[in-house]
Amino acid sequence: MSMPRTTLRDRAVVRQAVVDAWRKLDPRVQVRNPVMFVVEAGSLLTTAVFAVELVSSTGDPAFSGHVAFWLWFTLLFANFAEAMAEGRGKAQADALRRTRTETTANRLAGDGQTACVPASTLRRGDLVVVVAGEWIPADGEVIEGIASVDESAITGESAPVIRESGGDRSAVTGGTRVLSDRIIVRVTSDPGQSFLDRMIALVEGAERQKTPNELALGILLALLTLVFLLVVATIPPLAAYAGAEVPIPVLVALLVCLIPTTIGALVSAIGIAGMNRLVQCNVLAMSGRAVEAAGDVHTLLLDKTGTITLGNRQAAEFIPLPGVSGEELADAAQLASLADETPEGRSIVVLAKARHGLRGRDLTGLAPVFVPFSAHTRMSGVDVAGREIRKGATDAVLAYVISRGGSPPQDLRAVVERVARSGGTPLVVAEGPRALGVIHLKDVIKDGMRSRFESLRAMGIRTVMVTGDNPLTAAAIAREAGVDDFLAEATPEDKMALIRREQAEGKLVAMTGDGTNDAPALAQADVGVAMNSGTTAAKEAGNMVDLDSNPTKLVEVVEIGKQLLMTRGALTTFSIANDVAKYFAIVPAMFLLAFPQLAVLNVMGLATPRSAILSAVIFNALVIVALIPLALKGVAYRPLGAAALLRRNMLVYGLGGTILPFLGIKAVDLLLAAAGLA
Amino acid sequence: MSGDYGAVALLIVVAIGLSIPVGRYIALVFMGRPTWFDRVVGPLEGFILRLSGVDATRGQDWRQYATSLLVSNAVMWLAALAIFTAQGHLPFNPDAIAGMEPTLAFNTASSFTTNTNLQHYSGETGLSLLSQMVVVTFLQFMTAATGMAAAMAVMRGLAGDRLTTLGNFHVDLVRAAVRVLLPMSLVIALVLLGQGTPMTFDGAVSASTLEGGEQRIARGVVASMVAIKQLGTNGGGYFGANSAHPFENPTALSNAVESISILLLPMATIWALGHVVRRRRVAVMVFAVMLALYLPLLAVAVTQEAGGHPAMPQLGVDQSAGAMEGKEVRMGSVLTAFWAVSTTATSNGSVNGMLDSLTPLGGLAAMAGLWLNCIFGGVGVGFVNMFVFIVIAVFVAGMMIGRTPEFLGKRVEAKEMKLASLALLWHPLAILVGTAIASWTWSATAQPGDTLAWLRNPGPHGFSEMLYEFSSAAANNGSGFEGLGDNTPFWNITTGVVMVLSRYVPIVAPLALAGSLAAKPTVPDSAGTLQAGSLTFGVMLWAVVVVLGLLMFLPVAVLGPIAEFLALPTGS
Repeated sequence: MSMPRTTLRDRAVVRQAVVDAWRKLDPRVQVRNPVMFVVEAGSLLTTAVFAVELVSSTGDPAFSGHVAFWLWFTLLFANFAEAMAEGRGKAQADALRRTRTETTANRLAGDGQTACVPASTLRRGDLVVVVAGEWIPADGEVIEGIASVDESAITGESAPVIRESGGDRSAVTGGTRVLSDRIIVRVTSDPGQSFLDRMIALVEGAERQKTPNELALGILLALLTLVFLLVVATIPPLAAYAGAEVPIPVLVALLVCLIPTTIGALVSAIGIAGMNRLVQCNVLAMSGRAVEAAGDVHTLLLDKTGTITLGNRQAAEFIPLPGVSGEELADAAQLASLADETPEGRSIVVLAKARHGLRGRDLTGLAPVFVPFSAHTRMSGVDVAGREIRKGATDAVLAYVISRGGSPPQDLRAVVERVARSGGTPLVVAEGPRALGVIHLKDVIKDGMRSRFESLRAMGIRTVMVTGDNPLTAAAIAREAGVDDFLAEATPEDKMALIRREQAEGKLVAMTGDGTNDAPALAQADVGVAMNSGTTAAKEAGNMVDLDSNPTKLVEVVEIGKQLLMTRGALTTFSIANDVAKYFAIVPAMFLLAFPQLAVLNVMGLATPRSAILSAVIFNALVIVALIPLALKGVAYRPLGAAALLRRNMLVYGLGGTILPFLGIKAVDLLLAAAGLA
Repeated sequence: MSGDYGAVALLIVVAIGLSIPVGRYIALVFMGRPTWFDRVVGPLEGFILRLSGVDATRGQDWRQYATSLLVSNAVMWLAALAIFTAQGHLPFNPDAIAGMEPTLAFNTASSFTTNTNLQHYSGETGLSLLSQMVVVTFLQFMTAATGMAAAMAVMRGLAGDRLTTLGNFHVDLVRAAVRVLLPMSLVIALVLLGQGTPMTFDGAVSASTLEGGEQRIARGVVASMVAIKQLGTNGGGYFGANSAHPFENPTALSNAVESISILLLPMATIWALGHVVRRRRVAVMVFAVMLALYLPLLAVAVTQEAGGHPAMPQLGVDQSAGAMEGKEVRMGSVLTAFWAVSTTATSNGSVNGMLDSLTPLGGLAAMAGLWLNCIFGGVGVGFVNMFVFIVIAVFVAGMMIGRTPEFLGKRVEAKEMKLASLALLWHPLAILVGTAIASWTWSATAQPGDTLAWLRNPGPHGFSEMLYEFSSAAANNGSGFEGLGDNTPFWNITTGVVMVLSRYVPIVAPLALAGSLAAKPTVPDSAGTLQAGSLTFGVMLWAVVVVLGLLMFLPVAVLGPIAEFLALPTGS
């Protein structure tokens, strides 16, 4: 994790948030949130009533003043919540900004001359030369050369990465440093639009647009606000019939308690905090819309290699043919692999040592002749001390055996097929005319993948493994990893077709990719996470970039998306459920003069009508503060099915939200009575 | 009385039992599937459609559907207005009843066009035979058919996948009338005829009483009207006393048949939903939620009425048969309470006793049915109203499970929330603002009892009367707390406007909502999908309806029935 985590205890952020909370009282800020705007209007009205009462010595200025005081604090608490979320984003942005130093660039002119210009003047399409020790001045694509680059500023990963022209590793990011060699980079972004700039803008919330779900929730909250405005506005004429006069501060108090202030106050903090969680995971989303879509994903397309399995196959077993000892086979396999620097080759040497105690040997004196692997022969091996050892694809090695005068052994086919069916790759080993046995090369599934897929399934998400392997192998690996389906011998077109097919059924598809040939599929997918190490084309096609280039991150992205929505839903439910208790506090108190018999509705036994109303207002304000940590952290997420999740959240936030305020309001009332304010 | 409890339970069970096959039949009719009835009514239906020049194969999108609905209703409204005003000069007027005064005609035309059947007149003296038959009975068929058509269009929208049309309103209207309402009314009318309900073109007869006085006994085309009045959640009676009148409701059997008829089509609509959207569990859930709202209200009303009025024993009035003021001795307190709750829950509005005389909490139970307006509800529109609550519940529940909310595979987004909000907001707006204006007018007028004269007993009960009138108009129910002098320009115009807006806003907005959902692709279910048919979601929906209803109407409930109840002497 490269992103600094800030907590509620982070003093600087809290201090700034307190200041911002006051600044946000500006009605031009509040008007964007109808719920809180109503609170502000109510606060102003109550304050005005307080002032008039104070000057004219009428009414109950002490009460009006109290109500006004707590209404302003309701607003300040809401502002504080938003400012905290923004502050945490800003802290992250500052950390990023520190990595961006004003650099100069060597711009390559048409005549091949370089000119030293400030990096901020670079435009899309400019060519720059970067040599070892220099900072890359802007986002771009390597068009010539190869270099090792330190990208730790962006990814937090300290090991340098290789960037080279052509292929899938050509993208470089401004603000990273070339450690070796010389590259020519074509700039792909204009000033202020670089990757880093977008990231800073995003975490700061500067470019924050409301997501579709936020818009819809905003309408629901506006509806509830209107309904309660209606309920409260009709009370004076209705009460007038009964001969009761309800003072304005009481009406405002009732209104503020009824409208969904809890969720209204926290909704933007929840959105910003969700984005921040994503950034903390080193994933950069191009929009909030993409994060929400992640929560809705039905199908995950995961590349086998590097995502489900470790990147390379490893030797798992030596299977000698009848009449050959395991040791003999391992010995031959090791000899054939000593010069093989591929991960497979090395794993054979490691397995020979682990199983049969064979150590690496020094062959220099024996003048070995290594036969490298070629796509044409499809085998490799060594000629040493009169021995000719070969390993490779079954057909190739058998042809070799026959050419040396041997005959293909009876049992070989069966062994080879067994290995293939189990998802492995068989490598046949032969010495001259004699086939010795088979090395079982196996895809190694990453730890914990099975349980991850299980939790995804519980969430209703189907995982599809995409691989270039043949269907037999793919099926075996799919079974072992526990994915729901697989796409074997997949070409980019197949992948695209699969996404289209799923989408035609109304499903949302997420995938990861890094290559240029992934770009169309990334663009087509509803959630396309591009690897930061991938090409510019891939990054532009996707709607998220994973700075760690870790394809399994997709699972976390889905969880963050879901958590974001769940937090909104939970607090909306809580907010509405709270109203029941507030009604029982305020309504009897409001009409008590006209109808003394309503005292029996005071189920909480609140001390006086004044303290009943004040307690409800104070509780309403304090509950916002109490829920700020929940809004910033998100509600506890568990990979459960829809029914179980709904039951759980309804119990906690619905039933809990109904009961808690009865206790809370009573507690505040007791405190008020103890303080002599009742 | 204990036998009455058993009768109520039995009537509910029979109503539910009958509603299941009827619901299936309705679904078949509107899905255009063959039914055994085709040979009988097929030709009639074809004839009507040919006569009116409707192209039965042409589908309508929600705008066209809503436009057809509004235009056809507007035409019927104008015709009703004209006939009510001119009835004194028109034929079929054996009792020489004069034309209606303009504000009353406006109110009455609006009332019958909107399936409300609020009556600020008394049938015996206010309407000619022509008005009763050609306007009232005709509209009782057409408005129920309109509601059923709207519900079916909404259901088609829910079932559709990238669908642009919701059906054809004209075809739906004719189908509902010809294939559902007409045959069922015929059966019920025949039963009522058999029980003694009159059906004649003759006017009133005179009879000499035992004291030698003369009594005029009103008659008319009663049986046909009572049948559709009960079935079509209309509620407007032939006589002022409605089904408390011995001609409208002569026997225990007629009372049973009429009680069941109130509930039958509203219940059947829900079962039809299950067939149309091909999800039986969803229909079971919606039905169960409605039942779970209905039964507690019924329990309150029945126990309150059967328990008697606590102030009465002090006056030396026996309350062992329950609170009998304003009730028919033939029906008794329990069956009257059952009818009162059914008629308000379903937006029917017929009565078999005086609602004004209900105990305070019995009256509250009746009013709660009007406020929620989605407990089975009016024919078709009950489901449409519940649909709006479902959208709200789905939205909150969907977020709580971490997904963009969806109902039956359709995503609920900002546009849907806007339309649902519009439909949901209108109902409390009409009731609260209407009652506030009436209350304020009363309290701001000097000597209102003399000048306004619409309340005879001010205080919480008078408040309840005004509240009930607007609640009834807004719910398109039509029953009255009576006791309110409502045939004045103030009440005729305000409730007339409320009835019209409260009918069409909550129909057009959900039609638009269904149109928007229909156009969306249906997302397939997975383990992460909210199951709308599950018990958990049912509980959620129930809670949303109860909490929203409570929050909207608790203050008025406190000022009216609850204040009245708490003022009663305790220890009853």
